[in-house]
Amino acid sequence: MTLETVAFGAVAAVLVAASLAVVLTPNLFHAVLWLAAALVATGGIFLLLRAPFLFGVQLLLYAGGVVTIVVFAIMLTERLVGESLRQTSRYVVNGALVAAAVFVGVVGFLVQAPAPAAPAPAPADLTVVLGRALVGPWAVVLELLAVLLVISLLGALYFARTED
Amino acid sequence: MGLGAYLVLAALVFAIGLFGVLTRRNAVGILLGIELMLNAVNINLVAFARFAGNPAGVVFALFTIAVTVAEVAVGLAIVIVIFRVRRTVEADHLDLLRG
Repeated sequence: MTLETVAFGAVAAVLVAASLAVVLTPNLFHAVLWLAAALVATGGIFLLLRAPFLFGVQLLLYAGGVVTIVVFAIMLTERLVGESLRQTSRYVVNGALVAAAVFVGVVGFLVQAPAPAAPAPAPADLTVVLGRALVGPWAVVLELLAVLLVISLLGALYFARTED
Repeated sequence: MGLGAYLVLAALVFAIGLFGVLTRRNAVGILLGIELMLNAVNINLVAFARFAGNPAGVVFALFTIAVTVAEVAVGLAIVIVIFRVRRTVEADHLDLLRG
């Protein structure tokens, strides 16, 4: 139990620090790299929650795929301008106020809500349960998701094609 | 760790992502903030699934991740098109539809 607490504290600290770096660092390219760190830390949270398959998906899709796409987008939109990658933020005080208000509101709701004391007994292998659920009660949603992915990728391809 | 610790952590990451969305000028930076917010929601879904003993939360997190990937692909394609047309990705300069 204590080992889990220590692991949670370490991963949470990395996650919060990386998230702050994503929104605060002036260099957009560095922000993407910090986002990759934050996504990997989130994968660590998934491991602590006994969802190793989700950890793999997080690494492959998020930290691998999304970060690569964003890096390409930055290279396509920034380097052609010849400007530096530095960027400024606006309304920092107002944004911090709104974000802090949302955080306080959510936490204020959380302390009132009754929380389960202990986690439910975990299944022996969540991946097996997950696979059965995906082709059982959630099969239609899974197929819809596949169609959505194809449509959105075709749309992205259509948008980003060269004009010739 | 109790459920509350995970929920507070997710709320904190969500607030940080919201701050990024509100303050970034660059459209790609705004998308990064949205990524953080969706990520926080995934933490919530998986935490509830773990503490309720119901795998539906993990299934939903899986769907959210896939939808987010589609959203990023389309969003960045739009950013690239905007850059081709307007030669800028500063959100403040994209006011063509302002009434």
